[in-house]
Amino acid sequence: MSDNKKITLTIDGKTIQAESGQSIMNACDAQGIYIPRLCDSTGLVPQGSCRVCSVKVNGRVVAACTQPAEDGANIEHESDEIQGYRKDLVRMLFHEGNHLCPICEASGRCELQAMAYRFGISQATTYPYLQPVRPVDASHPDIALDNNRCILCGRCIRASRDVDGKNVFEYVGRGIHKRIGVNGDCLADTNADLNDYAMSLEVCPVGCIIRKGEGFFSPVGERQYDSDKIGSNIENHTAHSSLGKLIKVHQIDPNDAIHDDIDQSNVNEDKS
Amino acid sequence: MKTKKARILEIEPLTRVEGHGKVTVHLDENNKVTEARLHIVEFRGFERFIQGRLLWEVPVIVQRLCGICPVSHHLAAAKAMDMIVGVDQLTPTAEKMRRLMHYGQVMQSNVLHFFHLCSPDLLFGFSAPAKKRNIFSIIKEFPDLAKKGVLMRKFGQEVILHTAGKKIHGNSAIPGGINKNLSIAERDSLLKDIDQMLEWSQEAVDISKNYTLEHLGLVEAFGNFKSNHMSLVREDGALDLYDGGLRAIDASGNLIFDHMDYRNFDQFIMEEVKPWSYMKFPFIKSRGNLDGWYRVGPLARMNTISFIDTPLANARHAEFREFSKHKPANMTLAYHWARMIEVLHCVEKIKELLLDPDLQGSDLKLTGERREEGIAVIEAPRGSLFHHYKVNENDQVTYCNLIVSTTHNNTAMNLAVTDVAKKYISGQSRITEAMLNHIEVAVRAYDPCLSCATHALGQMPLVVELFDADNNLIDTGSQFVNKSPIQTT
Ligand code: SF4
Ligand code: SF4
Ligand code: FES
Repeated sequence: MSDNKKITLTIDGKTIQAESGQSIMNACDAQGIYIPRLCDSTGLVPQGSCRVCSVKVNGRVVAACTQPAEDGANIEHESDEIQGYRKDLVRMLFHEGNHLCPICEASGRCELQAMAYRFGISQATTYPYLQPVRPVDASHPDIALDNNRCILCGRCIRASRDVDGKNVFEYVGRGIHKRIGVNGDCLADTNADLNDYAMSLEVCPVGCIIRKGEGFFSPVGERQYDSDKIGSNIENHTAHSSLGKLIKVHQIDPNDAIHDDIDQSNVNEDKS
Repeated sequence: MKTKKARILEIEPLTRVEGHGKVTVHLDENNKVTEARLHIVEFRGFERFIQGRLLWEVPVIVQRLCGICPVSHHLAAAKAMDMIVGVDQLTPTAEKMRRLMHYGQVMQSNVLHFFHLCSPDLLFGFSAPAKKRNIFSIIKEFPDLAKKGVLMRKFGQEVILHTAGKKIHGNSAIPGGINKNLSIAERDSLLKDIDQMLEWSQEAVDISKNYTLEHLGLVEAFGNFKSNHMSLVREDGALDLYDGGLRAIDASGNLIFDHMDYRNFDQFIMEEVKPWSYMKFPFIKSRGNLDGWYRVGPLARMNTISFIDTPLANARHAEFREFSKHKPANMTLAYHWARMIEVLHCVEKIKELLLDPDLQGSDLKLTGERREEGIAVIEAPRGSLFHHYKVNENDQVTYCNLIVSTTHNNTAMNLAVTDVAKKYISGQSRITEAMLNHIEVAVRAYDPCLSCATHALGQMPLVVELFDADNNLIDTGSQFVNKSPIQTT
């Protein structure tokens, strides 16, 4: 992007620099400020549907993943009001689907679960549980779909369409009946392949798209969020491309001496 | 007046949990007991719930069945799934990790049962008021014993933590193997306490043995009846809690069958359904439903096995056999002694495994040719546990049947209850405190998984209902099978 004019924003009272054209989320990522998110994922076009990234800009609640950062914007991020909205949205996802974390193979690497932990949500709330009973689609030899855990983030749709050049997934139904469907009677009917980006662990944030026969391979303690809370990669160290999109988190050995005085320009080189 | 009030308090939660454990006692015209029945709700709902789930989820899902011995279900399901993924022999690291987990589990479960639940009965006597017969009185009057119980249980839980990944509801056993080995640090943290555990488990055998010998009159009179016994045994007849063939003996010690391949269990075990109970009544086919019922669990195992392959426990087993004159022991109360011999065996096994370098191996998982059906048996703390599944070509479970140890012991528990009821109620048309206490002790000796449904220790009321000859309910009483803190304060 040629237009990378520097702009200035305030987030929770703190002034940060950003590049014009960046979304609020990307601007914050680059500064080590983590805004919670579920439907947004590195490498996919932002969709702005889960609203877990809500922030208040000049008094209006917007989705940080799709809202462009504007010069002089005053952003409210971790206020009680905004955190309350985010928490409620996450809570409602648990009530809408059927989430039994202790028996779910995504447990420990699931973004929804990790988000609940980050927000300190550990108990049932007063919302009714819809307790859907949706059949598992295990027709494909390598992949299964457990729609009971789908949070309708649409990451699979975008990954299949924009990265794989296929159209394996689509939204079907409306309102409360909306769910993820596949382009055919069942997954075996589609051209889905285990090597599709859409089927990778990066895409489905929960335990809905299942890579068959791999469940529970990671022991407790070694799973992604067992020791690091979600977002800690951004809060601790970040690397961003010149596009302002978070591409790769630079893995730093805590014993490494350069760890403390790492500087943004060094990290930018590392795009391998 | 005060006790009366407490009784009412105990009855209250029954409406909530009614059916988890209920005894009905039936009288004839002369108020003599004709029969007593133990009613326990079983897991039929679960067997349906699991249908359609994916095969590798099963070992994790089944743990939700029981808050006290989830590891047994985890491992039984994993073994059944090994069969489905075509693995008949695990890698040494995988099998030894699973065994270590299992020994940790049997140890902690038996310790819990003995120190926390039974020692109050044994040390204060069955007729001591319910208020006294609880773990709090033990802590007060036998603090040293209580401390050992707590630390032994903790050790067993640490073994589970390091092998299963979590103290409860771990997930390490996967179809065809295990997802972790034992790190040197984990090994060393367990090794540092192992000799202490060995010492204390020997003391525990002494306590239970001495109790049995000092109360011979009671032990012999209480729930003592002839039965068949069944358990897994190793190829050479040794005690094997993790795998082996099934051996059944009759009340005189004669073999009914030996080294039976459990994968064909339906050819020699049948399940009878009775209209008044949700729980089935299994029996040995060749003996028929009247004579074919059997007992499983620690007592049965001490009766069926030829020896124990760890020296200290083997010596204790020899002592036990001496006591029972080399015939099967049939006393319900001898379960406690048997249970402590097994604790000792588990601790010896844990030590042996901790010193085995295979546990640091990295060969964790195998695959083989897929099968449609998986059957596994494991010796859980309470006895043989059967898991049977069918899985379709999409990896989804289509059929599930579990026979838990409490089910195997169903007839025996009913007989024990009838036996006690006859002694303590006949001639009266009221439920007495002594009768309640004794029924409770008889049921508890089998350590039934009443908790499977409630998931909470100490929340397991046993209701006793008395029916006259015309089947009218004439009295009810209740007792908590495990003393909960709420009940005693
Ligand atoms: S998908 Fe995530 S939140 Fe849902 S059950 Fe699985 S681990 Fe829990
Ligand atoms: S299947 Fe997964 S990626 Fe697709 S919408 Fe559902 S939760 Fe999102
Ligand atoms: S991450 Fe922004 S709306 Fe979902």
